[in-house]
Amino acid sequence: MTSLPASTQRSLGLVIDLDTCVGCHACVVSCKGWNTENYGVPLSDQDPYGANPSGTFLNRVHSYEVQPDAGPAQLIHFPKSCLHCEDAPCVTVCPTGASYKRIEDGIVLVNEDHCIGCGLCAWACPYGARELDAAEGVMKKCTLCVDRIYNENLPEEDRMPSCVRTCPAGARHFGDLSDPDSAVSQLVAQRGGMDLMPEQETRPVNKYLPPRPKDRIAEPEFDALAPYLSPVAEDPGGFVGWLDKMLEKI
Amino acid sequence: MSFQQPELDLSPDVSDEVRKTTCYMCACRCGINVHMKDGKVAYIEGNRDHPVNRGVLCAKGSAGIMQHNAPSRLRAPLKRVGPRGSGQFEEISWDEALEIAAGWLTPLRESDPSKLAFFTGRDQSQSFTSFWAQNFGTPNYAAHGGFCSVNMAAAGIYTMGGAFWEFGQPDWDHTKLFMLFGVAEDHDSNPIKMGIGKIKARGARVIGVNPIRTGYNAVADEWVGITPGTDGLFILALVHELLRAGKVDLEYLARFTNAPVLVNCDAESAEHGLLLRDEEGKLLVIDRRTGAPAAFDQEGVRPDLSATWDRDGVTHRPVMHLLAERYMHAEYAPEAVADRCGVSAERIRAIAAELARVAFEEAFELPLEWTDFRGETHTSMKGRPVSFHAMRGISAHSNGFQTCRALHMLQILLGTVEVPGGFRFKPPYPKPVSAHPKPHCKWQPGKPLDGPHLGFVQGPDDLALRADGSPARIDKAFTWDNPMSSHGLMHMVISNAHAGDPYRIDTLFMYMANMSWNSSMNTRGVMDMLTDTDENGDYVIPHIIYSDAYSSEMVAYADLILPDTTYLERHDCISLLDRPICEADAAADAIRWPVVEPGRDVRGFQTVLVQLANKMKLPGFTNEDGSAKYEDYADYITNHQRKPGIGPLAGWRRKGNEEVSGRGDPNPDQLQRYIDNGGFFVNHIPDACAYMKPWNMGYQDWAVGMGLFDTPQPYVFDLYVETMRRFQLAAEGHGERQPPDRLRERIKTTLDPLPIWYPPVEDSHVDTQAFPVHALTQRPMAMYHSWGTQNAWLRQIHGRNPLYVPTALWEANGFAEGDWAEVTSAHGTITVPVAHMAALNANTVWTWNAIGKRKGAWALSEDAPEATRGFLLNHLIHELLPPRGDGLRWSNSDPITGQAAWFDLRVKICKAQPPAESQPAFDPIRSPVPPGPGELEWKVGK
Repeated sequence: MTSLPASTQRSLGLVIDLDTCVGCHACVVSCKGWNTENYGVPLSDQDPYGANPSGTFLNRVHSYEVQPDAGPAQLIHFPKSCLHCEDAPCVTVCPTGASYKRIEDGIVLVNEDHCIGCGLCAWACPYGARELDAAEGVMKKCTLCVDRIYNENLPEEDRMPSCVRTCPAGARHFGDLSDPDSAVSQLVAQRGGMDLMPEQETRPVNKYLPPRPKDRIAEPEFDALAPYLSPVAEDPGGFVGWLDKMLEKI
Repeated sequence: MSFQQPELDLSPDVSDEVRKTTCYMCACRCGINVHMKDGKVAYIEGNRDHPVNRGVLCAKGSAGIMQHNAPSRLRAPLKRVGPRGSGQFEEISWDEALEIAAGWLTPLRESDPSKLAFFTGRDQSQSFTSFWAQNFGTPNYAAHGGFCSVNMAAAGIYTMGGAFWEFGQPDWDHTKLFMLFGVAEDHDSNPIKMGIGKIKARGARVIGVNPIRTGYNAVADEWVGITPGTDGLFILALVHELLRAGKVDLEYLARFTNAPVLVNCDAESAEHGLLLRDEEGKLLVIDRRTGAPAAFDQEGVRPDLSATWDRDGVTHRPVMHLLAERYMHAEYAPEAVADRCGVSAERIRAIAAELARVAFEEAFELPLEWTDFRGETHTSMKGRPVSFHAMRGISAHSNGFQTCRALHMLQILLGTVEVPGGFRFKPPYPKPVSAHPKPHCKWQPGKPLDGPHLGFVQGPDDLALRADGSPARIDKAFTWDNPMSSHGLMHMVISNAHAGDPYRIDTLFMYMANMSWNSSMNTRGVMDMLTDTDENGDYVIPHIIYSDAYSSEMVAYADLILPDTTYLERHDCISLLDRPICEADAAADAIRWPVVEPGRDVRGFQTVLVQLANKMKLPGFTNEDGSAKYEDYADYITNHQRKPGIGPLAGWRRKGNEEVSGRGDPNPDQLQRYIDNGGFFVNHIPDACAYMKPWNMGYQDWAVGMGLFDTPQPYVFDLYVETMRRFQLAAEGHGERQPPDRLRERIKTTLDPLPIWYPPVEDSHVDTQAFPVHALTQRPMAMYHSWGTQNAWLRQIHGRNPLYVPTALWEANGFAEGDWAEVTSAHGTITVPVAHMAALNANTVWTWNAIGKRKGAWALSEDAPEATRGFLLNHLIHELLPPRGDGLRWSNSDPITGQAAWFDLRVKICKAQPPAESQPAFDPIRSPVPPGPGELEWKVGK
């Protein structure tokens, strides 16, 4: 079994805004593209043009309908990838030391040279965030684009995970969650960022910003809006009279 | 145990080279960085410098690598050797292919060019393809706008000189309330996502109006799950409330719209309803300074919104009076419309109040000095931070034109168009409707057409009719059936050509339009029409030429296939003459260029058109000495001049030794300049010209300098569209050109010069009790029409398209997950898988568009879920409405523009025994390409 570092120097991770994620899958495919070409073996696809296409993805968007007590049903788009947990059960369960959490930045990675494809880590992960690549038989997972974020061959502004760089709605943020002054920590504080399934006691680094309340316009708020519709006229004749009066003023 | 972290290379090489071009995974035209390794495409990301996407990229864009390498790519020109529809072809050389095409086309051109119908689909080179068609001489050309969103484009241009679509955008930096109606998420899709993200981060609110709560509507603060086809009624109820409350921008209306313009109100007059003009033809208003009529644009004039004027015994009233009379009527009260719209009266009022609050209580000023077209200088610009956007959801109905007009009227009444915080045009818009061409249809053997095919009619005189009054065009565009059909009616071409109505054609030539599948109504009928033979055994449509890059369903129905390249292997220009990539703050255009050379025997379609033109020596493509003007499309892009100094691209033109923007001579280095600049060109509008553009002389002068106009074109918005009134007058019996009697009543009713709402036309042709449910399609954000399915990555995201059923219908039918339903319209029945969805209008079912595939197409295996469980709603929709006993068959289109009324569809639904596969099922077509590999491990670098 593999041990976790006692502490990490930083806790790099993602903050994902469920209030603005439109479910476009841009992050999913950008991740697929980058990580197929980069870190480790490519993310393969089986039966890609056939009856049961199925490939390795490090990031997927799920959509859930939510029926609030009052008001219409809502649709929440929920992007999910490795949360780079502080207490990552996928690491401690690894029999070879292939899964590990980096001391420098807390990123959880798989050393593919040591991975035997036993799948224990995927079983241990309560989030289903790891996928065993069917072609190569090694475990694949989000690397937080460790080969981008420090990459001196990339312009500095591009040194972020590809999913963050590509997100059209700006719903994905990247930074150091251990630094309370970082932009991501501030965002989490302002918007009530949440852990995913805290009861699992994995202490995920990634945070989710909850959707804001919706569909409230016709509720009590409307009393405050009603004055904006105080009638000036009930019929066209009255309207023309009002018009004449108003035109005097402009 | 102690653990040693492995050493990682944290700075691996990203690529050998980055080539910057323009995406074509949908119609959005984002800039992309194509990372190359070993001469191959390794990775695609958004271009940070690009005005459209500023670095971001959607799922489709990132999946471009799978499209570019798709096994469905055609490999060489193909000649049909089996019966049409079988998919039996042999590969031929380009010489032979061009010889065959010219062999069919040349005699047509020399005898009767109208025997060629040339229609392009999702073409992004329409200024070029139309130029080709015009020089060939056929009147029968259009792109796919007629079956997509012409209502949106035409209503916008006729009302305010510009449209939503990608021709304008909310002022994302200042807007505080954004209201969005049914949007196809493949137009301006990244900019809208970026904008929504930006305004939500600022705490601005989004109201989504859509029967289905997905995508943008899922993140909207307020979702209005409206009943399909009633958006116009809902909007007019908002207008009703705003007028009652006096929450309209009177100063804006007086200065910048035709609300003060005087209307002839004498019902006996032949000019009843026309606008009063002076001797020079200028619109007249009452000048508040004098109380007398004055030309609307006269220096210093202060138009009066209320005063009337009697001339020659005829009372003339301002448009504003007619508008108040119309919309203050109780028929538009929220209570009167609530049930039909499926939105409570309280909610309608609350939304009206919120619009009023934000527009008037949160108004602000930007300290930008500007001078209006009446010569008055203003020290600031008033902002009203309410913005709107809409697309196909409201336009693809038979009442879509008037619905789009109603929405523009709402924007204008609030004073939110072209002001800070509101909706802003992108160059070349704003542009008055009078500055657009009118349609042209007069052909002569061996000669070019007398002008551009498509345009904007201003009255009956501009219709495309032959001397005997019959339609001049095969699609019957610009006829009394749909007088304002500015984009043509591509969805009627095959049906009309097959029926020989209005006449027979010889060759149907199409590009990038999957007409035998998802791009047609009545798909099976279209297959029959394409393969039908006459009494001699000859095909009713004698020749079909088709160009596509991929093995689409349409390939099997052509006689000659001209294989196109992928978007990474070609030249293109996204031109100011066409549909550029401008922003509200800037004029911009872009190119594509071959970042890789095709390894197949394929050619860019536009280059093939140049080669065909050269073979036929078409004017416009041929020098006086008979030599070819252009070698290929790149040559055309560089050297073609539409008029002196104006070419397809506005950047890096030449004046002497200088390189200039806008007007200038062709520059042989122009394409290289674009490549060096990342594939695009941007010219920013000066700050004080960036708003109020239709009336801002600073902008007008800038636009003339850029070559968008030859002279300044200020104008006022047309709340009242006089062109429509001219058609009504004809229907009332005035004028020489008269509609057929069968259409008089319909023209009188529907071509109302002020926005109206009428029920979708299908409702009057089918029993709405028997077919009580509305059925829609939407396009997923991660798929672009039929293209996405051949993409190994995207089809893993959207490989299935169940019919989504709302809760009440789900329960009433006793559906459970895994069930199938029989869905029946007046036209046909399909049997398809269902899924439950609660966030859905209670009387609407829907599915994803164009996921269903025909077996044998797109290099998919025949048991692919798209072919076995996927389906099209198209089988339920006919291009003609069901007969209703009047002896006529009415087109399933908007009576004003001819827009295909896809979303008028009504169905009934019941549980079905699960079939082996979705019904109807079709025989496989033989694939012209080998099947794809069984596994992908895509990595091009070492």
